[in-house]
Amino acid sequence: MSGALIGRRMPRQEDPRLLRGQGCYLDDVPVPDALHAAFVRSAYAHARILGIDAGAARAMEGVVAVYTAADLAPLLDSLRFPIAFPPGQLPEHVMPYVLPPSETVHVGEALVMVVAISRHLAEDAAEAIAIDYQPLPAVVDAREVLAPDAPVSRLELGTNTYPPLSIGYGDCDAAFAGAAHVFRQELSAHRGVANSIEGRGVLARFDAATATLTVWSSTQMSHELRNIMAAMLRMDENRVRVIAPDVGGAFGAKYLAYPEEIAVAAAAMHLGRPLKWVEDRREHLLSAIQERDAFWSLAIALDAQARILGVRGRLIHDQGAYAPHSYNVPYNAVTSLTGPYLVPNYRIEVVLAQTNKVPVIPVRGAGYPQGNFAMERLMDCAARELGLDRAELRRRNLIPVAAMPYQTPLKNRAGAAITYDSGDYLQAQELALAESGYAGFAERQQAARAAGRYIGIGIAQGVKGSGRGPFESATVRVQASGRVDVFTGALEMGQGIRTSLAQICADELGVAQDMVHVVTGDTSFIHYGMGGFASRQAITAGSATLLAAREVRHKALAVAAHMLAVPVAALTVENGMVVMAGESQRSVSLARIAEQLRGMPGYGFPPGVSVGLEASNMFRIDLQAYANAFHVCEVEVDPDTAAVTILRYLAVQDCGRLINPQIAEGQIHGAIVHGIGNTLFEKMVYDAEGTPITTTLADYLLPTAPEMPHIEVLWTATPSPTNPLGIKGVAEAGIVCVSAVIASAVENALAPFGVRIADVPIMPHALLALIDAGREGRDRAR
Amino acid sequence: MTLIPITLEINGVAAAHSVEARISLADFLRHQCHLTGTHLGCEHGVCGACTVLVDGRSTRSCLMLAVQADGREVRTVEGLADGAALNALQQSFADHHALQCGFCTSGILMTLTEFLCENPAPDEAQVRVALSGNICRCTGYQNIVAATLDAAARLRSDGVVR
Repeated sequence: MSGALIGRRMPRQEDPRLLRGQGCYLDDVPVPDALHAAFVRSAYAHARILGIDAGAARAMEGVVAVYTAADLAPLLDSLRFPIAFPPGQLPEHVMPYVLPPSETVHVGEALVMVVAISRHLAEDAAEAIAIDYQPLPAVVDAREVLAPDAPVSRLELGTNTYPPLSIGYGDCDAAFAGAAHVFRQELSAHRGVANSIEGRGVLARFDAATATLTVWSSTQMSHELRNIMAAMLRMDENRVRVIAPDVGGAFGAKYLAYPEEIAVAAAAMHLGRPLKWVEDRREHLLSAIQERDAFWSLAIALDAQARILGVRGRLIHDQGAYAPHSYNVPYNAVTSLTGPYLVPNYRIEVVLAQTNKVPVIPVRGAGYPQGNFAMERLMDCAARELGLDRAELRRRNLIPVAAMPYQTPLKNRAGAAITYDSGDYLQAQELALAESGYAGFAERQQAARAAGRYIGIGIAQGVKGSGRGPFESATVRVQASGRVDVFTGALEMGQGIRTSLAQICADELGVAQDMVHVVTGDTSFIHYGMGGFASRQAITAGSATLLAAREVRHKALAVAAHMLAVPVAALTVENGMVVMAGESQRSVSLARIAEQLRGMPGYGFPPGVSVGLEASNMFRIDLQAYANAFHVCEVEVDPDTAAVTILRYLAVQDCGRLINPQIAEGQIHGAIVHGIGNTLFEKMVYDAEGTPITTTLADYLLPTAPEMPHIEVLWTATPSPTNPLGIKGVAEAGIVCVSAVIASAVENALAPFGVRIADVPIMPHALLALIDAGREGRDRAR
Repeated sequence: MTLIPITLEINGVAAAHSVEARISLADFLRHQCHLTGTHLGCEHGVCGACTVLVDGRSTRSCLMLAVQADGREVRTVEGLADGAALNALQQSFADHHALQCGFCTSGILMTLTEFLCENPAPDEAQVRVALSGNICRCTGYQNIVAATLDAAARLRSDGVVR
């Protein structure tokens, strides 16, 4: 292994194609005779469906079919999705329907599918479908579920809460009773809609000649979708091929088997014609999964030296109308809350609230930002009340590098102890404080205030578990042409994983990177795979690719030794040739070896090697690799308009060893800006009846270039011992601290007004009210 | 349904088509002309992914009807590269990792093509304002800004702004 490619800013292999407009996203897949689907979606947050009249629609020009739940049921094993997490965790009725038969539980839930010869005609016909609703009261704010007279959000449930969770360790009662200081906070963190710029979409074609269903989907999980689809359609899973074409972003929203995917596939088989559905933006805001509200009531106990004795409290988590990924988001939020700190006693009671809104599953960050926001707000609160510097309080409580690997008493959802594999949190802090000029800020702030400007500095520190298992797959195969293929269950959705895997493979195998072709997200090339979630693919697919490429190299060396009649130890692989050190004329190409190992009819084979110049690896892992970050942010707040301007943003990130620093840095930029959106702009708003208000991108505000700061990214590196490459996940590592650091900075800027930031997003009208209240309080005090 | 004949120039090539009155320019380009490099992100004129140039002006092709393009010159992302070579802006995007998923990229390239014609020597703030009508969820914009500034410098030194 040369190591020459890993760690280099190699250009991405996919870029020239994408830059020419030659990408092939879901709606670009050339199946010209496809029919088009449109969905009638619920107009009510909660209602009984008394009847559906599709008569007029069925008779309209160009309409091929209309499917209600009753029409679809005979085509499926079950109208309801099968449970997708360990049995017993939550009851089966938390799973959504493909189309619900009798009750709708959120606005935007798909109720009827129309199939026509064009999308326009399908939408025309969808308008002509009359649904007889009996509106029912809806649960909108998750905190309502605690009220004894709250309406029931789903009739079959009979209650609005799932069995409660109690997560923690130690003896909080004793810790709090003996504490020198106890501080309490009521906090809330809202996160929003994933809003990949390409929405969801699916295209299904059944080929009767081969009895094969081919499904293209803009998904993060082609293999899991294949499995669910085969089960629901009662198909042989070998006859269902799911292909993720170019995926135009995902951010969590595409890691789910959705009703539209199943309905479209079922109808394509039923009609014997290809069928396509492409989500529009309104549908994305109404029906793609979201993250939502976490309401925290927390207390922190400290001793006289400001060392943390315990954290305890309650989380009310809004799960939405179903829980297709169980309680992953609140579980992550609670088990990650303590972050980089030594917290000897910990207990959080979790209320899992079912509301009449879109179901919640992880969006980029997956609960970690909510947990980090809560803990970092507690730390800022404690520092303020104790009159300590915010960095100093954190420093006293960091897990020391000497304690690594540090096993917490908590378990991840694979059942493995949450163990911080490596990390030097103090080093990250010291680097960030030094580079940001933190020590000199108070002076600058004073000067600014004297000039009538309110500037503030915030700090936040966090960890992010990455590389979730249980496995990822890779097959490395050398063709007789010398071309090297990597087939993996990993999935490309913009993170450059194809390029990163090609770098790893080329490096390990000893070939030029442009000889390596990586195929992701196609179930026909490799049977098992997990796909893209939880900042996992560089670790899991990267390690699988490394180990498979290593095995191929060993095999090539063994065969070459036989062919050249020299010892294996004398050989190396360079640029696709197995060569004898110092004797470049004694060589044989990988292509020639691949040809040998394909076999020739009836002729013999080199001894001791198996067929094919190829190897497969299923990299198994339950432990996670913990990336860490320390962010510093400077803001200016206009007290008359509450406009928050980010003046400077500095991020120190530890993602272990980097495969491609340019790609890694791009991931950090994107994650931080996503976090800024979550903190200052993005809010999915519902009215009192549960009707979504922010259903266009003019209402749901995404970050745009002029408001975004120039982000300074600095790297530290504590290689992870959990995988042979020493890497940690990157894609979410940048988002964890963002809400916390901006809240810290805004609060610092507005200290003269006594403003306390307890809720994100920090909406301008809410912040203005806090400033005005502070102004009045100050005036009264005069 | 009534079809309306239109003639226009697309990426320098004259074309005659018949279109339904309600078909947007974006859908026309994508489905009738098979120029699928123009992408649809919101279909209500906010995200900018569908931006093309109409008579040289950046235009939301989701908000314009195909019939309104009758007699006009339309330029799409497919018309940027000069044969086998990426143009300076495209190459700069690749060099600076200014795209991740690539879905918003076409619209951003078209917006910036117009911008760099009008302002060949922009500063960072001007580039950011020029980008304000294009949403990218992946990159955080930073590398797009860097690529644009670099492309502007390359174009100035080449003396070619196209």
